[in-house]
Amino acid sequence: MIASIGLLILFGLIVIAVVLVVWAIATYNGLVQLRNQLDNAWAQIDVQLKRRYDLIPNLVETVKGYAKHERETFERVTQARNMAVNAKGVGERAEAEGMLTGALKSLFAVAEAYPELKANQNFLGLQEELTSTENKVSFARQFYNDNAMTYNTRIQTFPTLFIAGMFQFTKRDFFEVKAGPEREAPKVSFS
Amino acid sequence: MWEQIRANRRRSAMLISLMGVVLVLLGYCGGEAILGGGGGFIGLIVAVVVLLVQLGIYFAGARSLVLGGAGGTELSRDDCPRLFNIVEEMQLASGLPVTPKVLLIQDPSPNAFAFGHKPEDYTIGVTSGLLHRLNRDELQGVIAHETGHLKNQDVQFMTLAAVMLGSIAVLAEIVWRTMRLGGRARSRSDSRGGGQAQLVLLVIALLLAILGPLLAQILYFSCSRKREFLADASAAQFTRYPEGLASALEKISQAAEPPAFTNKANAPMFIVNPLAATAESSSVFSTHPPTGERIRILRAMAGAALADYEVAYRSAHGGGLIGSQSLRAAPAQARRDASDEGPVLGRGEARATVRRNAGYVPVRCTCGLEIGVPPGYERKDVRCVRCGSVWPVPAAQAAVPPVLNATQPMRYTRQRAGWESFRCGCGRSVLLSPTFTASSVRCAGCGRQIEVTPPSAAQN
Repeated sequence: MIASIGLLILFGLIVIAVVLVVWAIATYNGLVQLRNQLDNAWAQIDVQLKRRYDLIPNLVETVKGYAKHERETFERVTQARNMAVNAKGVGERAEAEGMLTGALKSLFAVAEAYPELKANQNFLGLQEELTSTENKVSFARQFYNDNAMTYNTRIQTFPTLFIAGMFQFTKRDFFEVKAGPEREAPKVSFS
Repeated sequence: MWEQIRANRRRSAMLISLMGVVLVLLGYCGGEAILGGGGGFIGLIVAVVVLLVQLGIYFAGARSLVLGGAGGTELSRDDCPRLFNIVEEMQLASGLPVTPKVLLIQDPSPNAFAFGHKPEDYTIGVTSGLLHRLNRDELQGVIAHETGHLKNQDVQFMTLAAVMLGSIAVLAEIVWRTMRLGGRARSRSDSRGGGQAQLVLLVIALLLAILGPLLAQILYFSCSRKREFLADASAAQFTRYPEGLASALEKISQAAEPPAFTNKANAPMFIVNPLAATAESSSVFSTHPPTGERIRILRAMAGAALADYEVAYRSAHGGGLIGSQSLRAAPAQARRDASDEGPVLGRGEARATVRRNAGYVPVRCTCGLEIGVPPGYERKDVRCVRCGSVWPVPAAQAAVPPVLNATQPMRYTRQRAGWESFRCGCGRSVLLSPTFTASSVRCAGCGRQIEVTPPSAAQN
């Protein structure tokens, strides 16, 4: 009788242990899947940002051919681009991107004053590409942030947080473009 | 968003299983009732065979069913960079693993659809009428709705549901007919022993044969409508601009005529059911919710998040749409501002693109009309249909050069001094005018400079 109760308890413990292990494996796999999705989403942003960096020198060269006297604007764009290229970490990157967006806006505003430039096919193509790349950055960012939030919530909530702590799943930063100088209306000079 | 898909998948699996249970029960009870003891297994086999046949029919003809013989042209990036940018933007916003292919169908009626069961086959179809009628924001809304269908895996599910529905209908028909035929035979030969159980099975089989198809249809259509709402919600979330889709839906539903290639079978695939575009109410057998209601919900949204759609949906429609788990996981989202960009392709441009891809050679008349000379046109000149002047047809080079990559140089020797066209290595056709005197021409497709040797030099 006692032996059978002992056996029953043993059996119960084994069942609980098995359930726990299965749960742990499932949770761990779920977290890895989420983290990979997040890495992939980040890679998508990266692709678009790189594309933007590649387009900018072309754009500056094209505009230079028509608007020689806008040196200040060109310098600002080039400087912002270099800063963005060399930025490290999500936060710094986001800030540099914000500045670059602002600089580009003022470059396009400058272009408004040169009708010949605005008729240039090359310029129009570059403008569409840059605008769309910027859209893509913002859509990719939105997707990344969605995923980052799901992931952060998951690793901070009970009971997943035990597994997350055990295997060092760390919180991810959001990619927020800072509201800064880029939100100013671009200055246009007709001198 | 991942929660959303998972919740969807769970609900879909339940629904399909429910339909499966009906199918199995119908097969088993029908078999037992008609054939007597042990006949249930034969009934089950019949049910499985019917299901397999339906699956086969569907997958063999899925593509032609959607297009209804309207074979569109697949667009490349060069044909319409802005449309491709929109598609890519929505791919990024939705996190779809691949960029869907884009199919352009030459049809003045604006509409769009999505199909594809595997990511490699994902395709979004648009009509040329859609491209020149909608501005960029509206088109983005439409593409987002279609991307939403792909992302939520609606195509796979609705196909499976349609196959189940078809199987139940066919099996019910078989049971019904054989019962009427076999009824007399059974009443003569049947033993009194298992009579009671037999009778119960007979009643169940009869009920299922009558009600099964009806219930399956109601389920199918309610799912179809729900998934349209969900795709609208996804579109608002992806674009962060519900007004774009709302105003696109308005324009689409106001179109005078449905696209020529629509029929009853492919109508559920479109963004607005082309056969019931202006319907103000929906019945249990409608594939889409009334467009007016969809627009009202989109316009009532406070922000652009799934939760905002849910609130608007509840107040307009009653009942919930999106599971609470998905709502918790979805972040709040503000709207973005409207853009001021117009249509991505002009009225004539979409048509010209379709024709160029089909190998038509464009001839521009001095009156401004562009004449598309179809491939295989034999005569040397063509008459303008508007002003009547006669133009020589550009002599297309006989041999199409092999596809070259962008860095390889290319040279073309002119055949004569008039209008002339030839194909660049990238596949794009390049047109030379009679006044062309330069030594090279830039291909609009790949951007390479192609050296051109004048005709006199070629003769020397």
